[in-house]
Amino acid sequence: MYAQMIKTASNSVKTRDEMSDSERAFQDRIDAGQKIEPKDWMPDDYRATLIRQIGQHAHSEIVGQLPEGNWITRAPTLERKAILIAKVQDEAGHGLYLYCAAETLGVSRDELIEELHAGRMKYSSIFNYPTLNWADMGAIGWLVDGAAIMNQVPLQRTSYGPYSRAMVRICKEESFHQRQGYSIMLKMAQGNDAQKAMAQDSLNRFWYPSLMMFGPPDAESVHSEQSMAWKIKINTNDELRQKFVDQTVPQIEYLGLECPDQTITWNAEKDGYDYAQPDWNEFFEVIKGNGPCNKERLAARVKAWDDGEWVRDGLLAHAKKKSARVAAE
Amino acid sequence: MSKEWPLWEVFIRGQHGMSHRHIGSLHAPDAEMAIKNARDVYTRRNEGVSIWVVEAVHIAASSPSDKGPFYEPSNSKVYRHPAFFDIPDDVGAM
Ligand SMILES: [Fe+2]
Ligand SMILES: [Fe+2]
Repeated sequence: MYAQMIKTASNSVKTRDEMSDSERAFQDRIDAGQKIEPKDWMPDDYRATLIRQIGQHAHSEIVGQLPEGNWITRAPTLERKAILIAKVQDEAGHGLYLYCAAETLGVSRDELIEELHAGRMKYSSIFNYPTLNWADMGAIGWLVDGAAIMNQVPLQRTSYGPYSRAMVRICKEESFHQRQGYSIMLKMAQGNDAQKAMAQDSLNRFWYPSLMMFGPPDAESVHSEQSMAWKIKINTNDELRQKFVDQTVPQIEYLGLECPDQTITWNAEKDGYDYAQPDWNEFFEVIKGNGPCNKERLAARVKAWDDGEWVRDGLLAHAKKKSARVAAE
Repeated sequence: MSKEWPLWEVFIRGQHGMSHRHIGSLHAPDAEMAIKNARDVYTRRNEGVSIWVVEAVHIAASSPSDKGPFYEPSNSKVYRHPAFFDIPDDVGAM
């Protein structure tokens, strides 16, 4: 997802007998559906896992602006340009909500950004793919934001209060993102042959990377159990991926496009589609930093941070001077 | 010295006649910028008619560990609730 393959320190979940008194009381609160708030006691590993997860989620929102930012200057109409700017601006807001949520756990935003820039923290694999034609703005809103919604809606119920509240705000804004994407796809799919071909090409390129967003198959996903017990992960990777496929295939049909997975078939027994797995080797390569745009994306983030330094410093110096003047009066 | 902008807590009045509610936080160099940033981040869809910001370091909070004892005094004073009193139905609405 926006947070993929988050590691917890331990691979196994403690039994009630193995837990300390405070750990047991903590788990009881979570099981009772209570929210954990910043000043409450929490296990060190809960805190550390959440910092990694929320941090990675925040980084994904911010880096995720780059592939779409690429098309702002080339949007086909002024209206589409304004819509795309608003969408990308929302993503900046999502990053901000999430960094703030992470900060309540005792890490600073600058520390998280440093970790990202040093390559020690990740962002979602999906943003390492290039955006090659205008239809990609459609495919991203429809598929990438669509996959994100699938994950974020249940996360509104996550056990950590600030994370949950950030998710509520984000979910309110996401539906605009997905609908503006699908509306681009509709327009292109109903356009001339060249436009329709672009829409199909875009779908072909984003289908499997979108499926990868949910993370590796459950059988290979070793960190889920503890996170699920703590309600910082609500559904398994395969559950969400299946839901996403089932929702998306009819939408592809409506567009009159072809599903890039030729093997896709309805399975009445499981009440869902049987679909082909993405190339997981490719996924692990992208996660390792060897995707088509990893270097470019990170370089763009670092450059923006470095180029903005004089502005951040200048505004801070100005604020200090002003308050010193007020204090002197 | 840290060059990070301070953290501000943001409170927004959603509609006329309502109280300000805590909505989230953000970083800004000073109060003026905090209010401008709060407008851009938290009221992009007409969510507010008034914004308060306060630097997070200035907020004092009760500690969650004394949750029980701290609120204890009110537990024993059930008579503060109107339902404590039995008023005969014949008296009418009260
Ligand atoms: Fe987002
Ligand atoms: Fe989005």
